[in-house]
Amino acid sequence: MTCVEDLDKEVILQGSSFKESREYVEAGFTEIYYVDPGFRLFEKHIIGIPPIAIGMDHDFIVFPFTKPCYGTFLLKVEDAEEAKRLRSLKLNTKKGR
Amino acid sequence: MINNSGNNMNEQKEKNEVILFLGCPEVPVQMGISLYLSYILVKKGYSVTVAANPSVIKLARVSDPERHYMGRMIDLDHCIGDLAEKKISFDTAIAFAHNDAGITYATTIRYLHASRLILVIIGRNAEDLKKLVDFQCEMVVEKTVHNPVELKKKLDEVFL
Repeated sequence: MTCVEDLDKEVILQGSSFKESREYVEAGFTEIYYVDPGFRLFEKHIIGIPPIAIGMDHDFIVFPFTKPCYGTFLLKVEDAEEAKRLRSLKLNTKKGR
Repeated sequence: MINNSGNNMNEQKEKNEVILFLGCPEVPVQMGISLYLSYILVKKGYSVTVAANPSVIKLARVSDPERHYMGRMIDLDHCIGDLAEKKISFDTAIAFAHNDAGITYATTIRYLHASRLILVIIGRNAEDLKKLVDFQCEMVVEKTVHNPVELKKKLDEVFL
């Protein structure tokens, strides 16, 4: 597993607010998992405002990645192993916490 | 209290541990006021750690080459990881925010640690950013980019 910076990724949104990134995932995906801040994904702890929405489409994982100077990016990464791990965790699929 | 080893946390706790979380340095007042805060807190007997992104750490090292004001500095994202894994702890966190990302980081810090959290919101959009905060913390809000005077007064009220 590599860290986020080294991943082969597609940037779906950049410089967005965290809220915008969540809304994009909720509007564009049917398979969504909600995680808490600090959740480990691709060897990185997610920075975010709970509930943090992660979108899934087959082996593609769409998730927010926040940088202090550049705002929140929404990244799309294809990784069968990580997708399988996420699905196996039986994460929350409802927005309510 | 910072304890990367996970051992002897009580033995190491000699004084209140404060951690400053510094985000993007593009609002100049952040660097100046954080140097001042670190100075004041150390003078009052606190143990101070600064968690910051690489740009801020470089600025601090150049601004304070002999570390008279800023002592221990650690990488911001590494610190968040250590918080998530319960490897570090502290008594008070002071987080700076001047954009949405700063509020997002502060929310994460709040979620991961139950200590006293003081959120310092600065920059031209300070009042709008304040509206995004829906977690428990103490807030110091000052619409300033360069001028530290009013912000200093507010922080002095908290710590002096």
